[in-house]
Parts: sequence; structure tokens; C-alpha cells
Amino acid sequence: MAVKFVMKDEQVKELKERIAEHKQKPGPLMPTLHDAQRIFGCIPVQVQKLIAEELGESVAKINGVVTFYSHFSIEPKGQHIIGVCLGTACYVRGSQQILDAISGELKIKAGETTEDGLFTLEATRCIGACGLAPVFTIDGKVYGSANPTVARKALEEYLQK
Amino acid sequence: MAIVNEVVICGGTGCMSGNSKAVRDAFLKELEVLGIQDEVEVYMSGCFGLCEKGPVCVIFPDMTFYAHMKPEDVKEICEEHLLKGRVVKRKAYAELNEDKVMEIKKFQEMNFYKKQHRIALRNCGMIDPYNIKEAIANDAYFALHKALTEMTPDEVINVVKDSGLRGRGGAGFSTGLKWSLAAVHRNEGKQMYIICNADEGDPGAFMDRAVLEGDPHAVIEAMAIGGYAIGASQGYVYVRAEYPLAVERLNYAIGEAYKNGLLGKNIFGTNFSFDLEARLGAGAFVCGEETALLASIEGERGMPRNKPPFPANDGLWHKPTIINNVETYANIPQIILNGADWFKSIGTEKSKGTKVFALGGKINNTGLLEVPMGTTLREVIYGVGGGIPKGKAFKAVQTGGPSGGCLTAKHLDTPIDYDNLTALGSMMGSGGMIVMDEDNCMIDVARFFLEFTVDESCGKCTPCREGTKRMLEILNKITGGNGTLEDIDELETLAHTIKDSALCGLGQTAPNPVLSTLTNFRDEYIAHVVDKKCPAGVCKALIKYYITDKCIGCGKCKRNCPVSAISGNIKEKHIIDTGACIKCGACKASCPKDAIITA
Repeated sequence: MAVKFVMKDEQVKELKERIAEHKQKPGPLMPTLHDAQRIFGCIPVQVQKLIAEELGESVAKINGVVTFYSHFSIEPKGQHIIGVCLGTACYVRGSQQILDAISGELKIKAGETTEDGLFTLEATRCIGACGLAPVFTIDGKVYGSANPTVARKALEEYLQK
Repeated sequence: MAIVNEVVICGGTGCMSGNSKAVRDAFLKELEVLGIQDEVEVYMSGCFGLCEKGPVCVIFPDMTFYAHMKPEDVKEICEEHLLKGRVVKRKAYAELNEDKVMEIKKFQEMNFYKKQHRIALRNCGMIDPYNIKEAIANDAYFALHKALTEMTPDEVINVVKDSGLRGRGGAGFSTGLKWSLAAVHRNEGKQMYIICNADEGDPGAFMDRAVLEGDPHAVIEAMAIGGYAIGASQGYVYVRAEYPLAVERLNYAIGEAYKNGLLGKNIFGTNFSFDLEARLGAGAFVCGEETALLASIEGERGMPRNKPPFPANDGLWHKPTIINNVETYANIPQIILNGADWFKSIGTEKSKGTKVFALGGKINNTGLLEVPMGTTLREVIYGVGGGIPKGKAFKAVQTGGPSGGCLTAKHLDTPIDYDNLTALGSMMGSGGMIVMDEDNCMIDVARFFLEFTVDESCGKCTPCREGTKRMLEILNKITGGNGTLEDIDELETLAHTIKDSALCGLGQTAPNPVLSTLTNFRDEYIAHVVDKKCPAGVCKALIKYYITDKCIGCGKCKRNCPVSAISGNIKEKHIIDTGACIKCGACKASCPKDAIITA
């Protein structure tokens, strides 16, 4: 794991408060996991244990659900998140080459985080910017009509920061 | 002072990623500078549909359509258009007229819009989704009022049934019939549920998002109508977490509806009460399958189960439940208001009404459009979509996403409806339509979709979990240059087996992209395995990059090559060292003269 995970007291407090709210309604687990992902940035085993206790479920059950959905991550992510859209519209306009280029530059595969914890590279589903295809994003900023050269230049900017 | 002009800026996800918010801010600032902020109303709407020209801005009432807006264009538009009433020709949308001359066209006269018939999208781009009053001014909640005060629940179901509306999420089941299956439980004293499936997972389809972002009240109203019809007092909208803007606007709209007494206890003073809540998906494509969706809301792994029992009898927490998709709901209020006969008058014999398509890929007008059922592919691609860019040849259109198939040039004049598409080995699906030109390899496209289904298979049933993986391996072998003719046969057998034996819709339709490309592009498969060539020049293992005599020696390719495989002196023809080349395509993309080819 490239980035160390620490659970802060105020984060635990916030999650517990949210869980208490969700428990008022049927089906509290999914909303709880969304909150946990937002509060901690990931849902590692420590957090899963906490949720299991609060909801009166087994850790195995919580772990099963967390690992099923790609939106929830178990490991902390890097400081900057790069998403390359592999939706169909972007793919037929060449987004795979962009992913390959970034992957080559950072020496990580899609879904991985660099050793220094600076970048996480993700191959995302359609982000809805089909008019700008192919696109990639860095921390939510959209780079449209992109190609490997644009991607390399954008990476350089972040590396210099 | 009275409002003279409205400036509507597209706030759909596409235009927002092109930074349309900065355009809005620039307008607000500039209007204040000119002192006309009280005469011009500026707001952001939902998606206009013509994403290709985004960020889009339309000025009312004269309906001038400004394309590719940047904050620095705003000053000129404010000073010229809003102050002096002169259209800024430089930015206004223009297209070729009948005399082949570029002519500025107003919003409603543009080819993209004038051939459309908007029912589900009628308010998208027209109203401020954060303002319930604008929605109400455009008839929102009138149908709910009519249903609750003038119609019995059975009458509502009969109108929907009679209208011929079929589910817009993919399978095309009759909506009215579905409702009547749940309605039999109405008087059993059970809690019943109505759900909106907004887990739009097809790569390349974004109509559900557009409706939720642009006209959330249409969905809220329709769900309340549905709740009244079947006897459900609780509704859930299951929406993708990947659509933050849609979630935000939906939640805001639900809050507004509660504030105005349009949700909650005793709506319109009747004894009908209805609660609605958004629940978030978490990035699992299979949750678009209705039983998987129910499992997800219940807080389980989103895996489908066998049907029957159908959700209408045994659904959420084992209670009778109806699930329809966003676009289906968006049609309901209009059907209630205008009647079944009106809706029936649009479309074909067995597919009534309109369909929204998300047009993408190699097409001039990428975007969202709504046309009557029965419109031909040619009309959609060339009429509304504006044809293929750069004069390239049309090769195929992929409909129905990972569950659908490819249609080719010989299908261009087929009227699009549920049954015709199924007969051709594709399907309507949610309405994603990806256009491909001569530069797209059909085996690579089939592989792309298979990769998607392998990734998204939930793993519950063996045919889908193992079978799709084996299919992908064969496709990788073929695109990698190691395929044989036997592989093609095995691929076909495997595809039919999975189709017949998988548990849910995802698995049963997963082989469609392969089967339809095998039917329509078998020669391309054979070129890959026998001639070891990729005719479209996509599959890396089967191509080499060359520089032709068109090269002017500008050196751009050399500078862009990440592995320094290109050599040559300035103003002389350059050469690629094919041994060192990693086939990334950076040179081809950077060449100003199209001098780099693959063979």
C-alpha cells in the first residue's frame, strides 16, 4: 500500500452520526458505505469493522458488499486522480491510446497508484462528455479532444507542481 | 424593469465539462457592467442535446443559438446582441442551406432540432431545473392533478396500457401491462413500492442523465402517478453515483416538490400520500437488471436472481414492486394529459411514441436526440446527426450498448423500432447509438464490449462468469494475430451457449456484439486470422506504421514519438524504425498532412 491509512476521531464521529440517521430507514448499508467512502476516501477493514458493529452485521457481509461495487475502494487513493474515459464514444475516438500513454509515463496500470502516492490512474466508464471525446480528467478537470501528447503535457504540469 | 431577454446556458454534464459555468458567470458580470442586469435573466438549463457544439447558449425570445461559447466571447454578445439587438455572426450557429451557402439558423430551424419530436426531452434545455415554478409553467404536475382528482387508479393504468408505451430501458415490455400485474395486490394491505431505474450503465448512453438533470420533476410526477395507479406509497429512484449533477438536481427537485405539497401526505387534498427518496448506485453495471437493483437497495451485493417470481409480485423486501426506467417515466405525464390516442398517433404499429438516442462516436453532431419510432437510421445519422466527419465512409452503427449489435450500411433504411432492431440481431437497449467509420475495427469493437461485460459480470452464474471470459480470450487471440479459423467457430458456439444459458439479461445479451459482427463482418474476422491483417488498421499486433511521400519533413512526428523511433532531416521525408515503434499512434495524430498510414 503506497499511502498509509489513519482513522481520525472526528471522522469516526461523523460516520457514527450518519449511520444513526440511516438506521431510521430500511436498507441502511448502501447509504452508509457512500458516506464512509466520502469521509475516509476509502473503506479499509478498520472502517468495515466499525460499520459492522454499528449496523449489527458481520464484517464478512460488509466486506462482500464493499468489494462488489467499483465505486468503493479498500485502499487509499493517490493525491491526484487521473481518469481516462473508456466509454464507447471515447474508445472509438482513441482513448485507449491515451490510457496506454499515461500508463507508460507513470509506470502503473489502470486501477493502481504510483509508489510515491502522487497519482492514481483509473479507467472510467462514460463520464458524459461525449461531445469532447476522447477525454481524460485529472482531479475532475476535463481535458477534451485529447491525444497521447496532450496527456503527457498535462502530466508534466502536475509533476512540476 | 421587465425582463427583455433570457440567456439560457446549457448546464448538462457535457457543456459543464466544457466550463459553461464560467460562461454564465461572465454573462452575470458583463450585464452588471452594462447596467442591464434587471432586463436580462441568465440561468443554466438541462442538456440541449447538441453536445458537439457545446458549451451551448441560447438567447430568448429570438432563439439565437451560440455554439462553442467561451467566457471571452460574452462581452461581445452582451454589447452587440443584448444591448443593440444585433446577432454576433461570428459565434452564431450556421449550417449549409439548400443553396449550399452557410446560413445562420435559429434554434428551432436547425437541422438537428427541426427533425426531432420531443416528448421525454421536451423541457430539457427549456427550463431551469432548480426552479419548480418554471416546471409548473410548462405543465409539470398537471397530469398528477388530473390523475388524482379525475381518474381512478384503474383508469390511469388503462390509459397507459392503451397508449402502447413500452419500457425504454431495453426490453420493451408494455408499461401499462406491468403496472396492472402489480395492481392486483392493491387491496391486500401490503406496503408496495415503485422504483425508477436510473442506473444508466451503457457506455455511450446518457439520456436518463439528461432527463434527471434537465427535467427532474417529470420523473417525480410520473412516479407519483404510478404510485397512485398501482397502490404504492413509497418510491425510490436508484441513480448512479457517477452522475453527481443528476443526483444533486434530483434531490433538490424532490425537496421542492415536498415543500409545495406535491409529495408527502394528502397530495392535492386527496387521500393519496406518496414519499420519494433517491438511492445511490455504486458502480455496478449489473444493477441495471431489476432484481440486482432491488438487491442493491436492500444493501446486498447487486446480483440478479431467477424470475419468476417477478418483482410485480415479489420485489423489494418481498413486497410487490414496479420498476421502470427514467425515459419511460418522462413520457407518462404527457400521456395522461394528452390521452392515449395522441401518443398512439406517433410511431409504428407495435412501437408507439418517440425514442431518445444518444448519438456518439464518428458523427458530426454528437448529442442527444428524440425522434418518432420508425425513423430510419439514415435520417438519424445523416439528417439529425449531420453525417460522418472528415468525409469518411460510414461502416456501422452500434445500438443497444454491450447488449446490442452492429448494423451496417444495408440497414440504413430500416425504420427503427423494438422489433426491427431485434430481428436484425441488435436491440433498442437504452438507446445508445455509436457510429463507426472505416477506421474502426469491428473485432476490436466486439472485444471492447466483451471486456466490459467480463468486467461487469457479477459472477453468480457460470455461463456469464466463465463463458464471457473465454470469449474475450479468443478475441484477444484474434486481435493479437494468433487466431485460427477454428477459433471463430468456437467463438460462435460459445456465444450461442451463453445466450441460451445465462441467468440474467446481462449474460444472455453479452454475446450479441460478437454474434452481430460475425454476421455482418465475418470477412474482417477472416482477414485477422487468415491474412493476419487488420483492415481498419487498429489491432496493434497486425499493423505497422509507415510514412508516405506526402511527408513534408516538418518534424512534428519525430518530436512526438515517445520512443524516438522516427528519424529524418527537416524538410525531408522521415522514416519510422518499425522495430523500435511501439505503435502508440502519436505520430499519426500529430501529422498535419495525413502522411502517416498503417498497413
